[in-house]
Amino acid sequence: MTDYKMHLLICGGTGCKASESDEIKKRLNQLIHDLGLADEVQVVLTGCFGFCEKGPIVKVLPDNTFYVQVTPNDVVEIVEEHIVKGRLVKRLLYTDPTNDEQISDSKGMDFYKKQIRIALKNCGFINPENIDEYIARDGYQALGKCLSERTPEEVIKEVKDSGLRGRGGGGFPTGLKWEITKNVENDQKYVVCNADEGDPGAFMDRSILEGDPHSVLEAMAICGYCIGADKGLVYIRAEYPLAIQRLKIAIKQAEEYGLIGDDILGTGFNFHIELRYGAGAFVCGEETALIHSMEGLRGEPTFKPPFPSVSGYMGKPTNVNNVETFANIPVILNKGAEWFSKIGTEKSKGTKVFALAGKINNVGLIEVPMGTTLREVIYDIGGGIKDGKEFKAVQTGGPSGGCLTKDFLDLPIDYDNLLASGSMMGSGGMIVMDENDCMVSIAKFYLDFTLEESCGKCTPCRVGNKRLYELLDKITQGKGEEQDIEKLKELSVVIKDTALCGLGQTSPNPVLSTIKNFEDEYKAHVLDGKCPAGQCKSLLRYDIVEDLCTGCTLCFRNCPVGAISGERRQPHYIDQTLCIKCGVCYEKCKFNAITLT
Amino acid sequence: MDIVNLTIDNKPVVVKSGTTILEAASGVGMHIPTLCHMKLDDLNIENKPGGCRICVVEVEGRRNLAPACCTDVSEGMKINTHSMRVINARRTVMELILSDHPFDCLICAKSGNCELQDLAHNLGIREIHYKGEQSTYREDTSPAIIREVDKCIMCRRCETMCNEVQTVGVLSAINRGFESVVSPAFEMNLDHSVCTYCGQCVAVCPTGALTEVDETGKVIRALSDPTKTVIVQTAPAVRAALGEEFGMEAGSLVTGKMVAALRRLGFDHVFDTDFAADLTIMEEGTELLNRLGKHLAGDKDVKLPILTSCCPAWVKFFEHQFPEMKDIPSTARSPQQMFGAIAKTYFADQLGIKREDLVVVSIMPCVAKKYECGRDEFKTNDNPDVDHAITTRELAALIKLSNIEFKSLPNEDFDNPLGESTGAGVIFGTTGGVIEAAVRTAYEIHTKKELPRLDFDELRGMEGIREATIDFDGLPIKIGIAHGLGNARKLLEDIQAGKSEFHAIEIMSCPGGCIGGGGQPYHHGDAGILKKRQAALYQEDKNKTLRKSHENPHIIELYEKFLGEPMSEKAHHLLHTEYFDRT
Repeated sequence: MTDYKMHLLICGGTGCKASESDEIKKRLNQLIHDLGLADEVQVVLTGCFGFCEKGPIVKVLPDNTFYVQVTPNDVVEIVEEHIVKGRLVKRLLYTDPTNDEQISDSKGMDFYKKQIRIALKNCGFINPENIDEYIARDGYQALGKCLSERTPEEVIKEVKDSGLRGRGGGGFPTGLKWEITKNVENDQKYVVCNADEGDPGAFMDRSILEGDPHSVLEAMAICGYCIGADKGLVYIRAEYPLAIQRLKIAIKQAEEYGLIGDDILGTGFNFHIELRYGAGAFVCGEETALIHSMEGLRGEPTFKPPFPSVSGYMGKPTNVNNVETFANIPVILNKGAEWFSKIGTEKSKGTKVFALAGKINNVGLIEVPMGTTLREVIYDIGGGIKDGKEFKAVQTGGPSGGCLTKDFLDLPIDYDNLLASGSMMGSGGMIVMDENDCMVSIAKFYLDFTLEESCGKCTPCRVGNKRLYELLDKITQGKGEEQDIEKLKELSVVIKDTALCGLGQTSPNPVLSTIKNFEDEYKAHVLDGKCPAGQCKSLLRYDIVEDLCTGCTLCFRNCPVGAISGERRQPHYIDQTLCIKCGVCYEKCKFNAITLT
Repeated sequence: MDIVNLTIDNKPVVVKSGTTILEAASGVGMHIPTLCHMKLDDLNIENKPGGCRICVVEVEGRRNLAPACCTDVSEGMKINTHSMRVINARRTVMELILSDHPFDCLICAKSGNCELQDLAHNLGIREIHYKGEQSTYREDTSPAIIREVDKCIMCRRCETMCNEVQTVGVLSAINRGFESVVSPAFEMNLDHSVCTYCGQCVAVCPTGALTEVDETGKVIRALSDPTKTVIVQTAPAVRAALGEEFGMEAGSLVTGKMVAALRRLGFDHVFDTDFAADLTIMEEGTELLNRLGKHLAGDKDVKLPILTSCCPAWVKFFEHQFPEMKDIPSTARSPQQMFGAIAKTYFADQLGIKREDLVVVSIMPCVAKKYECGRDEFKTNDNPDVDHAITTRELAALIKLSNIEFKSLPNEDFDNPLGESTGAGVIFGTTGGVIEAAVRTAYEIHTKKELPRLDFDELRGMEGIREATIDFDGLPIKIGIAHGLGNARKLLEDIQAGKSEFHAIEIMSCPGGCIGGGGQPYHHGDAGILKKRQAALYQEDKNKTLRKSHENPHIIELYEKFLGEPMSEKAHHLLHTEYFDRT
């Protein structure tokens, strides 16, 4: 990288690629070449920058200029102004919504200020398809040191001391897991990387694999060294083609460099990595289901114990860790457990990557120290609620988590605090809701997801979730009865108490947490026949105010089901039995004569 | 640690480590209800998906309830099997299962024999609080088995039998979530699959999702037709199990009552498949000796080991799975089909009636027999040698339908000429029996000496694969026995790999042999019942005056008057068959 005077980093994550970042790169390269600057300026397609709301992003080094929402048509201006003349293209700079100031250096942006990047440290910095760039940022240094200077026990102790806990959802101490797998005697063991990211809205694992695949490969090899495995498998969903492609390139390059394969760095340690594709079932994120899927069996969980550490893939001891967990390992080993354990809270060390989504200004991927409050994440980093609306709730932990209200905004985020407040860390999905979101519908949305994704093996999840969904649907249809809320609670408790795996045991969480925090909203649906957020169509009622109606017939002519009648220049009338609540009349009326209650 | 101390419902319990909560509780008289769990002791068969969640119990200090069937005990565990939390959860889970189950108990084939029904009763379910959509699937009818998938509760027992025990691999869970169901791949019909119709799925299904094709109506119609002569044959294993359907102890031998009942049902002649079993031994035993003779004479092309061919599910299994080995099994037809062929020729001639006017009904412990009698090669001018095969259960239903009080029936004898049998024919109903019967005859034919003993204990038992060497007067004959198709597969793979040293192998598809057939009274997971039926057959064998097939006077007469000798051209035409590549 030192040969170039200037680097243009373009986000090559899935989202920005969909917004033509490949074309931007192509045009930049073409123009730079045409101008004879090819030896001075390098264009690099990197992994995700995280600020997806404003993608595609083009970052200029060394001055750190951060251009947002760049289109291929902006390329000429960026090159002619910034590269040739050294002037900022102001219209492409990020504007701080709080004070309308333009910020050119990403370090000055609120979105990045509170972030600490460990798992994402290389995402958006390096070309993930070039192993040299990874190595230039201390890549494979940890592996080399482990193999040549440290015993497996020492490495495991370091991981244990760091306090790193599983980032896939469970939060099990990573070092302990390694130690357990190490202590099981067997001549064949496996390291499995769980890349079956399935939470709706979560995409940190994909981004890491797309932006920094070597960090995961390096960590898997270290894990293999520690537990005594010579084979690693990455279980990745086939819907992640870019991540798969970059992983394949990374494995090939690492093999060519002798960093993966036989006799790594001449130490006699062998470690091979292969990919296994999943069909994208949420439940296959559960480790026993994942293992069965890899074995070619139906992707459904089995009862634990035995845990995979004892009997996993092909009945052999298997250490399963999530992508983000692995991505932390090389950094921990390079900087030391002490450094890492200073970040975070007492029982949750380090950082956590969250995928911000929903009604929040800065949708994207962030990494913050454990202990950061929800308020900091949502307001400081996330830029607050879209369109100046009121914050209502945030769902953490994906479909297995719970909805937290504004009472929890100052809650420092860590595994235990989230659990204690009726939600969970999960894999780090964070979906923000505003005043227009109906919490019954939200619970229904999540149930719909778990219903689809249940493997169907155990009764509570297979049938129980269906019944929960039906009750919620009944309520949103305006047909709910008072005892239905009680039924929801009772059934939820039994499902949590009896389901076989983590999916079923947590699937009622959105129901329970929304009832707990928004019981009035449920009651409004059931007792008053109203949806306070105005989302449940069946509960809406459109009426024409006689005094305001001029009889223009516009509503009559636009109603798709003929529910409106009336004489010209006479007040019109809506037949509630025919009305499908489409709202066309409401939008069309020029006299505000139609009310929505 | 070998010993674990725990308390179950406040009772101190000491058990071996590795014991499940379910087993530990059972040891102290606490019978925790189960639904999906099934363990057939001695047969090494267990279905333990932990899926139904009926057996959940409360374990002190544990966050959620534990499934008793797959949770091992640990030191100091405190378990409550019927706390309010447990009962509430258990009943709710049961209500959930019932909420997705048709409410047609009164007209369900399984009514009165349904584990789900019993459990609902025992749990005192009076109301379903969580009603909603019910799964609906089309009914899948095959020649032997009906799948009413609406009634499937995803216990996965059939899947365990089909995949792990039988290694047939037809039934498995498909789809996700509420749509999950056990089905052949791509929801194809059973008769398009490689299903062998062994019926072990039917034997273990706790509900009415899997049942046999009911042919009692056809039998009643035949019996009511004055233009037809209707005769019946009864397979050996039926007599050792039929009594269970009438509340008798497992292992009760009801041969005489069964004959009396069949006569009262209106059959014109009550015959015995055991007769045909003796005939099978004549043919199969001769075939074995022929092949053996050629082998000893140095013929390299002769196929050994010879495999028995009495079991139709086994035949269909190798036709699908090992078609390249279809010249290894004996060409002898099964006793059911030998009986049918002789009945519709020899016996019809004796009566002076056309084969079309003779209806042959067989009572079988098996559902595959329904399929077997419909195979084209067992028909003449489209008229089958055996018209209807009904199961032991269907016979019991017919007896009940006809107001016959079974238990008080007198003992009656079979009719002749096709009702006489030896003890060798009787033991065809259990694993090891066919080969023991063959040994008794082959030994005497080969050595021309009388057997010094008739009970070959080394061939008996319940182990899945057994082997023994029988001394044929200086010639060691190596014999293999497998029951359960998974065990059969192992022996076949050995043959394929050229590793098999056996001269003869007996294979029966069902665990335990025909006594454990898919058409037998439901054992409800109690493998002890199979052992009692087995003991009953060996007892019946002992009770017989004649215990060697070649000594059956009516068999001797049949050869003298009709067939000539074993493997004669006529015998070949009527009593032997060919196999087909079904891949």
